[in-house]
Amino acid sequence: MLVIKDLKVSIEGGEILKGVSLEVNAGEVHAIMGPNGSGKSTLAAVLAGRDLYEVDSGTISYMGEDLLEKSPEERAKEGLFLGFQYPIEIPGVSMVNFMKTAINEMRKHRGEEPLSASEFLKKMRQKKELVEIDSSLTNRSVNEGFSGGEKKKNEIFQMAMLEPKLAVLDETDSGLDIDALKVVARGVNNLRSSENAIIVITHYQRLLDYIVPDYVHVLYKGRIVRSGGKELALLLEEKGYEWIRQEELNL
Amino acid sequence: MQKEQDQILNEVTTGEYKYGFYTDIEHDSIGKGLNEDVIRLISEKKNEPEFMLQFRLKAYRHWLTMKMPGWAHLDIPPIDYQELVYYSAPKQKARLSSLDEVDPELLETFNKLGIPLEEQKHLAGVAVDAVMDSVSVKTTFKETLAELGIIFCSFSEAVREYPDLVRQYMGSVVPYTDNYYAALNSAVFSDGSFCYIPKGVRCPMELSTYFRINAANTGQFERTLIVAEDNSYVSYLEGCTAPMRDENQLHAAIVEIVAMEGAEVKYATVQNWYPGNKEGKGGIYNFVTKRGICKGDNSKISWTQVETGSAITWKYPSCILKGDNTTGEFYSVALTNNRQQADTGTKMIHIGKNSKSIIVSKGISSGVSNNSYRGLVKVLRGAENARNFSQCDSLLLGDKCGAHTFPYIESNNQSAIIEHEATTSRIGEDQIFYCNQRGIATEDAISLIVNGYAKEVLNKLPMEFAVEAQKLLQISLEGSVG
Amino acid sequence: MSTITKNMSLRDQFLNLYRDRAGDISANSAPLLNNYRDGALARLEDLGFPVKGSEEYRYADIESVFKNDLQKDFGDIRVTFNIREIFHCDVPDLDTNLLLLVNGRYYNGSELIRKLPGGIIAGSLAQAAKDYPEIVEKHYGRYAGASDDGLVALNTAFAQDGIFIYVPERVKSEKPIQVVNIMISDNDLMAQHRNLFIAEDGAEAKIVVCDHSLSAHRFLTNSVNEVFTGKGAQINLTRIQNEHNGSSQITHSYSHQEAGSNLTASIISLHGGFIRNNIFVTLNGEHAENHSMGLYLSDKGQYIDNFVHIDHASPNCFSNQLFKGVLDDYASGSFNGRILVRRDAQKTNAYQSNNNILLTDDAKMYSRPQLEIYADDVKCSHGSTMGRLDDNALFYLRSRGIDKREARLMLMFAFAHEVIQNIKVKALQERIDDLVNKRLRGELSRCNNCAMKCG
Repeated sequence: MLVIKDLKVSIEGGEILKGVSLEVNAGEVHAIMGPNGSGKSTLAAVLAGRDLYEVDSGTISYMGEDLLEKSPEERAKEGLFLGFQYPIEIPGVSMVNFMKTAINEMRKHRGEEPLSASEFLKKMRQKKELVEIDSSLTNRSVNEGFSGGEKKKNEIFQMAMLEPKLAVLDETDSGLDIDALKVVARGVNNLRSSENAIIVITHYQRLLDYIVPDYVHVLYKGRIVRSGGKELALLLEEKGYEWIRQEELNL
Repeated sequence: MQKEQDQILNEVTTGEYKYGFYTDIEHDSIGKGLNEDVIRLISEKKNEPEFMLQFRLKAYRHWLTMKMPGWAHLDIPPIDYQELVYYSAPKQKARLSSLDEVDPELLETFNKLGIPLEEQKHLAGVAVDAVMDSVSVKTTFKETLAELGIIFCSFSEAVREYPDLVRQYMGSVVPYTDNYYAALNSAVFSDGSFCYIPKGVRCPMELSTYFRINAANTGQFERTLIVAEDNSYVSYLEGCTAPMRDENQLHAAIVEIVAMEGAEVKYATVQNWYPGNKEGKGGIYNFVTKRGICKGDNSKISWTQVETGSAITWKYPSCILKGDNTTGEFYSVALTNNRQQADTGTKMIHIGKNSKSIIVSKGISSGVSNNSYRGLVKVLRGAENARNFSQCDSLLLGDKCGAHTFPYIESNNQSAIIEHEATTSRIGEDQIFYCNQRGIATEDAISLIVNGYAKEVLNKLPMEFAVEAQKLLQISLEGSVG
Repeated sequence: MSTITKNMSLRDQFLNLYRDRAGDISANSAPLLNNYRDGALARLEDLGFPVKGSEEYRYADIESVFKNDLQKDFGDIRVTFNIREIFHCDVPDLDTNLLLLVNGRYYNGSELIRKLPGGIIAGSLAQAAKDYPEIVEKHYGRYAGASDDGLVALNTAFAQDGIFIYVPERVKSEKPIQVVNIMISDNDLMAQHRNLFIAEDGAEAKIVVCDHSLSAHRFLTNSVNEVFTGKGAQINLTRIQNEHNGSSQITHSYSHQEAGSNLTASIISLHGGFIRNNIFVTLNGEHAENHSMGLYLSDKGQYIDNFVHIDHASPNCFSNQLFKGVLDDYASGSFNGRILVRRDAQKTNAYQSNNNILLTDDAKMYSRPQLEIYADDVKCSHGSTMGRLDDNALFYLRSRGIDKREARLMLMFAFAHEVIQNIKVKALQERIDDLVNKRLRGELSRCNNCAMKCG
């Protein structure tokens, strides 16, 4: 589904990703872990098409096509979803209008008719229950005045609405209490199927108790320095990132 | 509580001006009044080349066609330009070759001001050009600086020794047609400082000009020219005081800065001209034009000013951001007390791509003073991705003063981002109570809070001047809290 | 056609015009209004016309607006049209009491004054000055009279009619009162009308003013509005400017607010070649509250200029200015907002915000948010921004599959909606949302019912 080959990315001349390769197939859940500043969020942003970053070399193919060629909205319409680490507040744009526009753009892309108002509202209602999001939140402007936890739940709600093929969740767990964490995990696990893939970016192992990954990768100083099964996450939790640092030094 | 505060406020604002003494020294002055003959006489006294005289005369003739600007939020009494003396020099023995020959009276004057002219007593790493009334008295560390190719001397000396440099740059940033006071200065200026930093040189010490008005009925018109060649760096300081007199005195200066590619110039002013007495009698009219041009790409000019003196201040240190990736900065604390009036701010003209500017202005008004921020941010069509952020805060101490904010924002580029914010507030009773509760007296609390309020700007000053400026704020505030 | 020679100053042109036409001007107005003309002429002579570059008219070129040779109608010109045929208000569900103003003159056959439920009086100002001189006298020229703008004096000298609205003490006007202000003519035309809106103590009124131009001629309007908001009175005033690009509008609005009153005034500038709105508010009693808002969407060569001056003359008052605009093509705009807090106006809360988006490098915007403060126990702040749409918000929308163009429109619409959401007449709010949406999409390429295709 997703093949990243030797990806090198910089911002304002500073190289952040120094050759990342990763393959994600349908039905898999990958966790990317790493200390602060290792390039995790950069990778997520590049996948979604943020133009702040310069892709210096390397390739990304998604569903057999060159992802880097596509605009952010094309990527989204083809089923790529990014859960933002810091969801953006957009005053004056209502959640309802925002989601309706997004869903219908995607339907148009797939050659489907737009949802009727009642179908749309029904869908909203279902998904809201799923992520236990407060009804009143969807009557407000996008993320405006939401608490940190509400913003993260809203990301999962949007993911549930848009039903992506590949979801990239950038530190969706950070700043969440245990109840909210479970809600997020439930949202993600609901999406899990043999057709979909999920990349969970996280700093802590905690989330992985609820979303059990098939693969764990450690990103360190712009490179994936270790890959393994879910036990790698436990090892990291036990030994800390200092362990990686030491290992790197020894090499 | 409130009453007590008012009383302390009152006491604090009635502090005495401690630089108000007068040095009894013989002056070589010309008669009062202004005409072409006076200008010829000034030029002659200074032994100037012909081009200088012509420059002065052109400026004078232009000045005659102009009117005093009336747009500032200032109440300026009419000024009789024929009643002023345009040239006054402290009489000294022949030309100086060493410090021993500086008139002891003059040395003493500058010692009293805390500006020792003996190099061994220098303020840590500061070279000083001392200007009294119309002329430069002494420039320290000239030789040390000359070894690096840095020229630091009085303006008169520069006219004689480096006429080509003066000719090339004088009036290139502030043309004599610029405004009324600039035209007047260009016609009659008598001295000032000149500074030239060659390519790639980082000036190892702070350069400083200290201005002192001494003689009565005399206008002070100096000009400063700083040229920083490619990739050079200099930090410049300016200080000023004047004796207490009952009449108003005019100070109309020009500062020009040219920053070539990659150069950085920092210019800091601690302005403490005599502000007049409590009733508003006397004090300096400070009408100054300061402007720098970031001519080359990646250059940077930074203005920092602490304005506590002068009866009336009219002053807008500005940056023309001509090169790409250039930076202009303006940090200002302006404090007015008693009957002082200040209309001060900056202009940031964005011409180059990716040019950035930041404006931080902290106004503090007390007594029955009026304090205005006036600033222009202008983004021209080609200034892609220009960025400005302005923060202009006002603090009112007492209910009889005024604090005003007059920004002008002009954008002609869709990629530019300009943000301006301003707030007006007073010192909260709860803040003072909090300090009181921790054992800090109200007067100290006010001084503490004002200093905290101004900190962002004071931090931009070189260390020893930041301390001076803090003290100055405290003294200037004496008697002002509510 | 007038025979004014070009080398005379504008001021003298109008002084001469008055001398020539004084008879017609007085005859087709009311004695009470005529009483003010001589004083106004003397003031005009003294003040002259505003000059571009002055602090008040820094960017607005008034001279260029007046330079066209426009016909003046002093009541002797008949324009033939059937108002019902060419105009109908197309705001669905907006049930209003409708007043028509055509070329600066109240238009309604023989019924010049309408008496509405609750004793509300609405209609022709000239007629009101005859029927209710004691009311008109009490307010006419009281708020605009002290102005040092020569254009206000010009209006007072020439204005013959306009709209009069009077809401008596503690009366609440149920339906909004809608003023439709139309310019229509067989020639290029200048009009100078005068409106007077009065809400007595405790009264409540919603007023909607819609400006339209219905023939393809050059128009110039120099109008003065005086608004009195009595103790505890509430006025909600919405104005929609939608004239074609061949028209120029200069409006001087003077509002006087007594203690505890609330005036919320919004100006939505959708179209117009040259628009200058002078907005002066005096908060003359404690706990008065003022909201002044504006939204401008300008393109082509339009010029929009909002000049706002809020005078906090009493303690404990609140004011908020919110002006937002989008400038496209080679349009230019200016915002000047001043908060004046007088010496004794302690406990003032005053805010001011001006936000602009430039869509091209040919568009220009000038912003001057100003604070002039003489009292210390106040909370005042202002902010001004100029820039482009937020890159992060744009990316967020696009990452959800929304096209760049659509995402930009959504953000622009959201930007504009902040102003529109304050319009309290629901049907009108929805209609304006719709108009703004269309305007941003370029679908409102010509104004409603307008024969003239702009640009």
